Amino acid sequence: MTNLFNYIDRPSPVHRMTGAAKLVCLLLWSFGAMSSFDPRFLFALFVLAVVLFKISKIKVKDISFMLWFTFVFCMLNNLLIYLFSPQHGTEIYGTAHEILHIAGRYNITQEQLLYHLNVILKYLATIPIVLLFVTTTDPSEFAASLNRIGVSYKISYAVALALRYIPDIQREYHDITLSLQARGVELSKKASLVNRLKSASQTLIPLILSSMDRIEIISNAMELRSFGKNKKRTWYRHRAFSAWDYGAMILGLVILLVSVALAAFVNHGRYYNPFV
Amino acid sequence: MKKFSVKDIVAIGIGAALFFVLGRFVAIPSPVPNTNISIQYGLLSLVAVVYGPVVALISGLIGHALVDFSFGWGIWWSWVITSGIVGCIMGLSQKKVDIINEPFAGKRIVTFNIYQIIANLIGWAVVAPVLDIVIYAEPANKVFIQGLFAAASNAVTTAVVGTLLCVAYSAAKPKKDSLSKK
Repeated sequence: MTNLFNYIDRPSPVHRMTGAAKLVCLLLWSFGAMSSFDPRFLFALFVLAVVLFKISKIKVKDISFMLWFTFVFCMLNNLLIYLFSPQHGTEIYGTAHEILHIAGRYNITQEQLLYHLNVILKYLATIPIVLLFVTTTDPSEFAASLNRIGVSYKISYAVALALRYIPDIQREYHDITLSLQARGVELSKKASLVNRLKSASQTLIPLILSSMDRIEIISNAMELRSFGKNKKRTWYRHRAFSAWDYGAMILGLVILLVSVALAAFVNHGRYYNPFV
Repeated sequence: MKKFSVKDIVAIGIGAALFFVLGRFVAIPSPVPNTNISIQYGLLSLVAVVYGPVVALISGLIGHALVDFSFGWGIWWSWVITSGIVGCIMGLSQKKVDIINEPFAGKRIVTFNIYQIIANLIGWAVVAPVLDIVIYAEPANKVFIQGLFAAASNAVTTAVVGTLLCVAYSAAKPKKDSLSKK
């Protein structure tokens, strides 16, 4: 239960970096990858992410479960896109180079394939970096890093509280379901949908009411210690930036700038269009 | 900007933690494959009527972002933002429902449900698809149909789970005139 966010502690330069720098890099990276539809750029990001993985000493088998999950998600999304809109590529790129005609409006065009390639590359360019962040950042450092990048410390503290109480609430939920099952409440597929929702609510009521009480207790304790009196606060897990940290943040910035520059000067828009 | 009280901060934190636990571990399989019934929106509706729109907004954002982080499928900003907005709109009913001072029954249940249905419709059938189109350039008909399905299932879930939670919360609260002077 302690390993909720799949944090894997290994000695590597990526682990030694501060959470704040990694968070900045992650955000800039994901905005850069999000805004671009240039397969060459997205593929370069993917290669870069794989290199970072090598440096971080995280192995594929550590994250294979999550990768599998993401793969299914990605394929399903692509399938849905094709089923709903087989001409989406043509709409975006403005031309139609048909390769294979199936039936009715369902055909396969080069444009559609390029669009799907872009969608898949978007996953490949962003997922590894998110996984890298999750596996190499200690959750308790995460809140301190939020404050570092300019989020107000009260909100950062709320995140810290959430991370602190997730294991407690999980344990409580587990206890409650066990005691309800002992009394014969059915939560599995055997019950009908409405009954399942009702019995889920029965589990939720004690869980949520006790959590509501907990809010009172914690806020009283914090008020007694004068939380929120000052404009700033210090963090136990705070660390100074090192050269690696500056490197990561500059890397993120460069990625975002390249993405913007590609759109502005090379592709004249978000899409790389080889058809015109 | 609104000044947060200590209680608001704690409510955001605990709300996000509950949202996370319900969204991540309490999966109730639905008849449609690969979708789960998200009871966390029932919880979010309770947080919204008790603590108001701002707390529900931030709770939804943090909770959903943590769920995405922990699943490792990347962060879907379009849906994270939507969770916050849904919480925020449901929170606008706070003054009308007034669960802190009045018993949650009759007309107040209707008001609560009207707000949550509007919130789910605006969130899942408008905001999420539009963001999906703007950010990820996905085909419009696909995201709108996905969005309508999500709106309907979340509205039904909130109507059942959220209403039950609010009734239970209201019943557990001491009544306003429960103490009398002799």
